[in-house]
Amino acid sequence: MTDVHSTAPLARKRPAIPLSVKLALGFVALFVMFALFGHVLTPHGFRETSLFHRLEPPGSEGYWLGTDARGRDLFARLVTGAQITLVVAIVGTVIGAVLGSLLGIMAGAQRGKTEAVIVAAIDVQASLPIIIVALFMLAMFDNSFTLFLLLVGLNGWEVYARLMRGATLQAKESGYVTAVRALGATPARIYLRHVLPNILNIALVQFTVNLPLTILLETALSFLGLGVQPPLTSLGQIMSEGRDRLMTAWWLTLLPGAIIFCLALSVSMIGDWLRDRLDPTLRSER
Amino acid sequence: MIGYILSRLLRAMLTMLVTVTLVFLFIRLSGDPAAALVPPDAPQSVIDQYSRAMGLDQPLWQQYLGYLAGLAQGNFGFSIHTGIAVEQTFLRRLPYTLHLGGTALALAVAIGIPIGALAAIRRGTPLDRLVMGFSVFAFAMPNFLFGLVMILVAALAFGTFLGGESANVIWPALTLGLAAMGSFARFTRSSVLETINAPYMRAAEARGVPFAKRLLRHAAPNAAIPLVTLIGLSLGALVAGSVVTEQVFAWPGVGQLLVRSVATRDLAQVQFLVLVVAATMVMANLIVDLLYLVIDPRIRAK
Amino acid sequence: MSETASGPGAARVPLLTIDELTVALPPDGDRAEAVSRISFDIAPGETLCLVGESGSGKSVAGQAIMGMLPHALPVTGGTIRFDGAQMPPQRHHDFRTIRSARIAMIFQDAGASLNPVRTIGSQLAEVLAVHGVPRSRRRPRVLEVLHDVALPEPERIARSYPHQLSGGQAQRAVIAAALLLRPGLLIADEPTTALDVTTQAEILTLIARLQREHNLAVLFVTHDFGVVAQIADRVAVMQQGVLVESGQARDVLRNPQHPYTRKLIAAVSPAPRILEHDEETPILQARDVNLVYRSGFLGNRKALHAVKDVTLDIARGRTVAVVGESGSGKSSLARCLLRLEDIDSGSIRFKEEEIADLTGAPLRRLRRSIQVVLQDPFSALNPRQTVLSAVAEGPIIHGTPPAQARVKAAELLDLVGLSAQAGGRYPQEFSGGQRQRICIARALALEPELLIADEAVSALDVSIQAQILDLFADLQSRFGFAILFITHDLAVARAIADDILVMRAGEIVEHGPASRVFAAPEHPYTQALLAAAPGLDLFQKGSAA
Repeated sequence: MTDVHSTAPLARKRPAIPLSVKLALGFVALFVMFALFGHVLTPHGFRETSLFHRLEPPGSEGYWLGTDARGRDLFARLVTGAQITLVVAIVGTVIGAVLGSLLGIMAGAQRGKTEAVIVAAIDVQASLPIIIVALFMLAMFDNSFTLFLLLVGLNGWEVYARLMRGATLQAKESGYVTAVRALGATPARIYLRHVLPNILNIALVQFTVNLPLTILLETALSFLGLGVQPPLTSLGQIMSEGRDRLMTAWWLTLLPGAIIFCLALSVSMIGDWLRDRLDPTLRSER
Repeated sequence: MIGYILSRLLRAMLTMLVTVTLVFLFIRLSGDPAAALVPPDAPQSVIDQYSRAMGLDQPLWQQYLGYLAGLAQGNFGFSIHTGIAVEQTFLRRLPYTLHLGGTALALAVAIGIPIGALAAIRRGTPLDRLVMGFSVFAFAMPNFLFGLVMILVAALAFGTFLGGESANVIWPALTLGLAAMGSFARFTRSSVLETINAPYMRAAEARGVPFAKRLLRHAAPNAAIPLVTLIGLSLGALVAGSVVTEQVFAWPGVGQLLVRSVATRDLAQVQFLVLVVAATMVMANLIVDLLYLVIDPRIRAK
Repeated sequence: MSETASGPGAARVPLLTIDELTVALPPDGDRAEAVSRISFDIAPGETLCLVGESGSGKSVAGQAIMGMLPHALPVTGGTIRFDGAQMPPQRHHDFRTIRSARIAMIFQDAGASLNPVRTIGSQLAEVLAVHGVPRSRRRPRVLEVLHDVALPEPERIARSYPHQLSGGQAQRAVIAAALLLRPGLLIADEPTTALDVTTQAEILTLIARLQREHNLAVLFVTHDFGVVAQIADRVAVMQQGVLVESGQARDVLRNPQHPYTRKLIAAVSPAPRILEHDEETPILQARDVNLVYRSGFLGNRKALHAVKDVTLDIARGRTVAVVGESGSGKSSLARCLLRLEDIDSGSIRFKEEEIADLTGAPLRRLRRSIQVVLQDPFSALNPRQTVLSAVAEGPIIHGTPPAQARVKAAELLDLVGLSAQAGGRYPQEFSGGQRQRICIARALALEPELLIADEAVSALDVSIQAQILDLFADLQSRFGFAILFITHDLAVARAIADDILVMRAGEIVEHGPASRVFAAPEHPYTQALLAAAPGLDLFQKGSAA
C-alpha cells in the first residue's frame, strides 16, 4: 500500500550468470566428460595391475596421475570411480526425490490416516541420520550394489516429503485452486494441471540441495569401506585404499578427494543460483 | 500450553516406538537373532536358551513384546567379539564422542553465529560475500578429506601426528564442526536479515531507539528463535559426521565403535547404538520443542 | 494551495513546514521522483490528511520528516522546517532526540510494529529509557499513557505480549508509545486501514480527543476520503508524487477542483443504486444454514460456529450485498452457497432443486450456474497458465470443444476491457485491477445465473474499485445474472446493492432493501456500523457530483 513502484505490466530482464556459477558449470561439464570419455585417454584398464610400476607419483611416464599399491593406473581408476560416483549420486537423488515427493503430495492431498502414517514416517526418519540407517542395514544384509544404491537413494527423502506436503496444503488453499474447483474441475484435473506444475519447482530446488549431499554420503560410506565394494570402485573407495599411505603416496587420497570436493562445491553453487532464479517471490509481481 | 507439551511428548514416544519396532523387524528379517546376539563360541545349549528366552518359537507379535520388555529391563545383549555387554563398551567410549561433539558444536556456535550475524548487518559488502563463500565451501568439503589434509600438513610441516586418543581434540573438532559452522553462518545470516527488515524494527527506529540497541534488544531475541531449532537439527549432522571423523583421526569414540561393529557384523552392538542415537535425537528434538515454550511467548499462548 | 488563516482570532503559526520537497527514486523505478516539489504545512491542533492511492508517494513524506528515508531515496530538493528550525539531513544522528520526543510516527499494522517477544510495558519503557527518563519515572508514565488511550486494565496490558492484543488494542498501545514524550506532531501512516469499521471509528475518535487534549498537530496519511471527511481540517491530495490539490477540508470535499480529487471522492460516495426491476422469483433460497469448523484432536478439539441459522433469498437478476466485519462469517457463508463446504444442517435450494447434499458429477454440473470472483487477484490465477487458457478452462471442463472455448474466451476478455493480445500473456504481467477483470471473465465464461463476489474489490485501489463495480453492474444488466456481493465496505455495498444482509458472529442481524436499511436501520449493530463508517453520513446528504 505504501510502495512507490507501479503495478503496471513490466518485462522481466534475464539476469546474467555470475562468473562463479559459470566456472561451476564448466567444472561439472568437465567432470561428466571425464567420466564418460576419460578411458579414451589412457591405455590402462582400471583393474589392470603392474608389479613394476607400483606407487609411482603423478607425472611418471605412462601414468599421468601415478599408480597405487597394486600398480593400477590412478587416472583410469579415477575415471571409473567418477562414473560410479556420478551414477550413484544421480540415481540416488532421483530415487529420494520421487519417493519423498510422492509421499509428501499424498499426505497433503489425502489428509486423514494416510497423512498420519506418512508424517510419522517422516518423524522417524528425521530422528535417524541416514548414515546411521545405512550402517544398520549394511550390518545385517550383504552389501550388494543395489542395496547400497537404495540406501543412498533414501538420503533426504523426508525433506522432500515435508516440503511437498506443505506445498500441496498451501496450493489447495490458494485462490486459483479454489477458483478452478468452483469451475467444476475434477480432483484429477486440479492436481495434474494446477497444483503439480506449481509445486514441482520446490522439489527441483531441493534436488539441487540434495545432490551434493548424496555425493558426500556415497563417498563417505565408500571411504569407510562400507560403500562401493571392489572390484567396483568409486572416488570414495579409491580414497579408502590410499588412506594408509597418506604420507608416502598422497596422490592416492588427495586427488580423488579434490575431485569430490570440487564436484560437490560446483553442484551446490549451481543449485544456489537456480534457487535464487526460481524463487517464487520473484515470479509474481505485486 | 498443556496440549502442546502433551502432543510433543506423545509424538516423541510414538517416534521412538516405531523406530524400535522397525529395528526389531529388520533384525528378524536378517537371520537368526539368537545366534547374532551371543558370543560366537557359545555352546548350542546357550543359543537354544537364548532362543527360548527370546521366544523365537513364539508368534511374531509375542516376540515383539518380549523384545520390548527386554529393552525396558536393560537387556541389550553382548558383543559377539568381546563378549562384553554392549552398553558397557558404549559407555566407555561415550566421553570421547561427547568431548569431540561438544567441542565441535561450541566452535560452530562461537564462530558460525557471529560471522553470520555480521554478514547480515554488512549485507552486500565483501565481508558478506566472504562469509557466504565460506559457508558454501564448508558445506561442500567432505570432512574426511579435510581431516586427512590437516593430518598430512601437520605431519609434513610440524612432524606431529594429530590422531589417536592422546591427541588434542581441537583438530578433529574443527573437522567435525566445519560443516556446522558453515550452515550456522548461513542460517544466522538469513534469520538476522529477516528480523532486521521486520516492521517492528522500523517502528523502534521511529521511536528513537538507536541502532545498536535495536539489534540487541529487538532483532537478536527474534533471530535467536529459529536458531534454537537449527542447533537441535545440527545434532544429527554431528552424529553423522563423527562416524567418519573418528575414523580419520583414530579417535576412540562411539562413531569408531559403530563402524567397527558394522564391519564385523556385531549385530547386538549395532542395534544398541542405533537405538541410542534415535533416543538421543528424539530427546533433543523434544527439548528444543519445549525450549520454544520458554523463548517464544506466542507458543505459550497455544 | 495557499490558504488564509482560518478559525477564531489568532494568527496561524505552522509547526511543520514542507517546502518544495523532492525525493528521487532509484533509476529502475517507474518514474524519476517519489515526490516532486510538494509543499504543505501543519499548525498545532490541526489535522492535515495526506490523501493518495498506492504509489502516490504519500508515505515518503512522512518518512522524510522522521529522517528515515532509505539510502536509495535521496532528498534532491526542498526543505523541511519544524518548530522554526531546519531538519537535519536524512538518517543523521540528531534525529534521535527528535523522534518520539518532538515528532512521533505510527504505522499501518500496529501488531507488526511491536516486538513479538517483549511485553508492551517493556517496549514503552524503552522509549523513555532511550530518551533519558530516569528509571523510577518510567513505569508510572507508561501506565499513565496506557490509561490515556482508554485501554482497560493498563497493568495487564503492560504485562501482555503483542499477540495477546486485538487489532484495536494494539493500535491504541502504539499510539500510547507515540505520546509518551508529549511530541508536538503525530504522523499517522494509514493507521486504521487494516481495522474493522467500528474499530476504525474508535481509533479516529481517540486521535481526535488526544489532539484536542494535547494540542497535537496530526499528519494523517490515508487513501480513504471517508476518513478525510470525518477528521480532516485540511487536506492535500497526491497523485504520482505530485500534490494536485490542497486546501481546507470542507472546501475541497464540497468543491473539488482537480479531476483526480473528484474521482477519489466519487469512489467513496457513489450514487446509490437505482432499482431497475422488481423481479421477485428467487433463484437461490437458503434456509437455516449452519456451518461449524472443527479442528484439533484428543483433548484439543475446537469448534467454530461460522454460520448460524442463516436464511436468505436471492432473486433473479438482483444484487444482494452481505455486509459484515471480519469474523462475521460472510466468507464462510459464500463458501457454503458455492458448495465449497458441506453444511452441517439446513437447506440450500437453487432453482427449486436441493443442492446442499450434492456430490460428484451432479455437483460439478451445478457449478456452471453458480460462479465466484475472489478477493485476492494476485493469487486467483494460476501463474503458469495463460490468461486465455484460464478463461477458457471452465467451458472446456464442461465439454465445449477447446477451439470454440478459446474464441469465446477472447470475446469475454474484450468485453471486460482487456486488449486482444492479453490472452497470450501470463497473470504476472497484469495489474490488480486487470487481473480482477480476467477473473470476472473466467467466471462469466460458464454463463452462470448467480455470481458470488467475495470481497472482490477490497484489495484494489479506490479509483480502480469504482471501475470494477461499474463493470459488474454493466455485465449484470447485459447478462441478467444475480450477484451476491460480500464486503466489509459500506460504501461499496451502497453502490451496488438492491438488498442488504448484515452479518455478525455468523448470524444475519438485519436484512432488507438497501435504500431502507441505509436510511432507517433497525438493528443496533447496523446502526453502529453505519455510524462508524467514516464519511458515509456526510455524503448521504447528496453533496458530491
